[in-house]
Amino acid sequence: MARRTPKTHTPGPDDAPMLLDVEGLGRLIALLAEEGYVVLGPRVRDGAVVYDEVRRVADLPVGWTEEQAPGRYRLVRRDDEAVFGFTLGPHAWKRSLFPPRRRLWRAERSEGDGAFTIAEEPVEAPKQAFLGVRACELAAIAVQDRVFMGGAYVDPVYAARRANTFIVAVNCTQAAATCFCASMDTGPQARSGFDLALTELLDDDRHVFLLEAGTETGRSFAARLSAAPAVPEDVAAARAVVARTAEALTRTLDTDGIRDLLFGNLDHPRWDEVASRCLACTNCTLVCPTCFCSTVEDTTDLTGAVAERWQTWDSCFTMDFSYIHGGSVRKTHRARYRQWLTHKLASWIDQFGTSGCVGCGRCITWCPVGIDLTEEVRAIRESADIPPHTTSANQAQAGR
Amino acid sequence: MPVKKRKPKLAVWKFASCDGCQLSLLDCEDELLAIADAVEIAYFPEATRAVVRGPYDLSLVEGSITTPHDAERIHRIRRSSKYLVTIGACATSGGIQALRNFKNVNEFISLVYAHPEYIETLKVSTPIAYHVSVDFELQGCPINKRQLVELISAYLHDRKPNLPAHSVCVACKRRGTVCVMVAHGTPCLGPVTHAGCGAICPAYHRGCYGCYGPNESPQTASLAARFEALGMGHADIARAFRLFTANAEAFRHESEAHEHEA
Ligand code: SF4
Ligand code: SF4
Ligand code: SF4
Repeated sequence: MARRTPKTHTPGPDDAPMLLDVEGLGRLIALLAEEGYVVLGPRVRDGAVVYDEVRRVADLPVGWTEEQAPGRYRLVRRDDEAVFGFTLGPHAWKRSLFPPRRRLWRAERSEGDGAFTIAEEPVEAPKQAFLGVRACELAAIAVQDRVFMGGAYVDPVYAARRANTFIVAVNCTQAAATCFCASMDTGPQARSGFDLALTELLDDDRHVFLLEAGTETGRSFAARLSAAPAVPEDVAAARAVVARTAEALTRTLDTDGIRDLLFGNLDHPRWDEVASRCLACTNCTLVCPTCFCSTVEDTTDLTGAVAERWQTWDSCFTMDFSYIHGGSVRKTHRARYRQWLTHKLASWIDQFGTSGCVGCGRCITWCPVGIDLTEEVRAIRESADIPPHTTSANQAQAGR
Repeated sequence: MPVKKRKPKLAVWKFASCDGCQLSLLDCEDELLAIADAVEIAYFPEATRAVVRGPYDLSLVEGSITTPHDAERIHRIRRSSKYLVTIGACATSGGIQALRNFKNVNEFISLVYAHPEYIETLKVSTPIAYHVSVDFELQGCPINKRQLVELISAYLHDRKPNLPAHSVCVACKRRGTVCVMVAHGTPCLGPVTHAGCGAICPAYHRGCYGCYGPNESPQTASLAARFEALGMGHADIARAFRLFTANAEAFRHESEAHEHEA
């Protein structure tokens, strides 16, 4: 069902949580760089927090936060110097694991006999460290791990990049108005899937980070930071901050029987209503940290001596996406919005054993017209033709 | 691949336009030699005075139809062309000169020309596809050379060109641009506009102004409602949809709806 297996991270004695001050955070960034990692983390750019290379603490969005609402995002100054006092921006980490555009192969025709030689594309997988991965994002990475590496056909580039990725999680000390991780059981506390986890503790007396390790690699890095050991009160303080964040979450998505609810209401009038607002612009899918669709483009140069195949991000909101001989299967906005929502929240469960939504709220904020999937589900639930649990869901229908 | 016996003949025709799209062809510096190698440039007055007689294998047509003479000329060109591809906003939608379609053209003429009696023009500026059948339309004001090279390569190798008709937003998100509408409140036509430019304007913090025309399924009314919520009045919304591709159906309907409200 919608819940993913909670591999709760219980800090044991050998975990020895530590306290890192702001300089210590700088040492962590430097150490990762020294070990050959490209450190990627949050940075302020063009009016938003995006993920890009960071070299020092000052590169991080120190003293910034944001306001989010459906279709609206604004950076706002904080009245303190919190380093991680914001939540999520438009970028997801998938950009660095599943690149938006990459060449799959290149073929060249030899002059004489016209025969083709195909050059395999070298797998590009730099050592990279993600700094500031939130709990919902850890869950999203786990979902994509399942998609790209969980079956018989493993995506070699994703797998190589994933193997070379070191993850520093950050527990959320505040929630955006668009967040609903608690509903999806993914946050705000990071439970698994990280090498190191930080919780920022900032008050009048101190500005420190509780540092916890989740893997052996993480532990060995932590040991080299010459950080002070944390006392149980520090751990309790960190848990309390995250618990307050959980309480501050305002948005919810009722996932009870959601698969049957959606499959049982494929002709609900709400699909027509949302279709009149949806632009089919693709933004929701491209900002979503779990959406994984791509397309391939075959190109030739003018002389015909070189042909290439490129893979690029795609979305179920384009007409080409469902194009088969004779035309697109999902011509209407209604068909395309319904495909997105039913895949994300219902057929994903059949396909991968989890929900495709981790509750990050990006699709709500970055929809230019502010369409909110939690509202759409609520509207259907409140006036459902068929109550949940009573339908024999015909999931084959969901694709139409 | 079957070896083509002779080089295909390429012709470039001009109607009412600024020549910017033809210049995109000359702008293909790196590729120009390869193009000249692969095709015979049979008619291209902007580049050469030499004229090779038709019929032509591939005709690129720039500009819109604005005079009775041109309305006839395009039929002759169609008859002598195997493939006819329109290039740019003028040829595909009527161009900026289609602003006349919303007013009385005689008023413009009397204001602009000292001797209006010398001017022979049609009441409306129309796209080429309004007059003859068109095999492919290349969008943009102007078109970009990367797309032009892609189109010619695809033609030469009998494949479908990779020129998707989805929204500009796809390009913004692939390149990692922060959405100017969501993060800054800047009205942007990107969600209803045909991709192809590479999302240049939002990358420079500007809203897309729709120079590639409507995309494959433009939901203009919903976007216009958002513009209103962002504080734009009806007159400004009408103007936003009435630029280089004002006469494209979806944009024309939207601007007219707001003109009447204003
Ligand atoms: S569906 Fe929306 S809220 Fe859920 S994971 Fe994707 S972007 Fe986040
Ligand atoms: S739901 Fe919003 S972001 Fe998604 S395609 Fe529709 S308008 Fe675009
Ligand atoms: S800036 Fe414009 S084109 Fe880009 S994602 Fe936002 S709405 Fe779409």
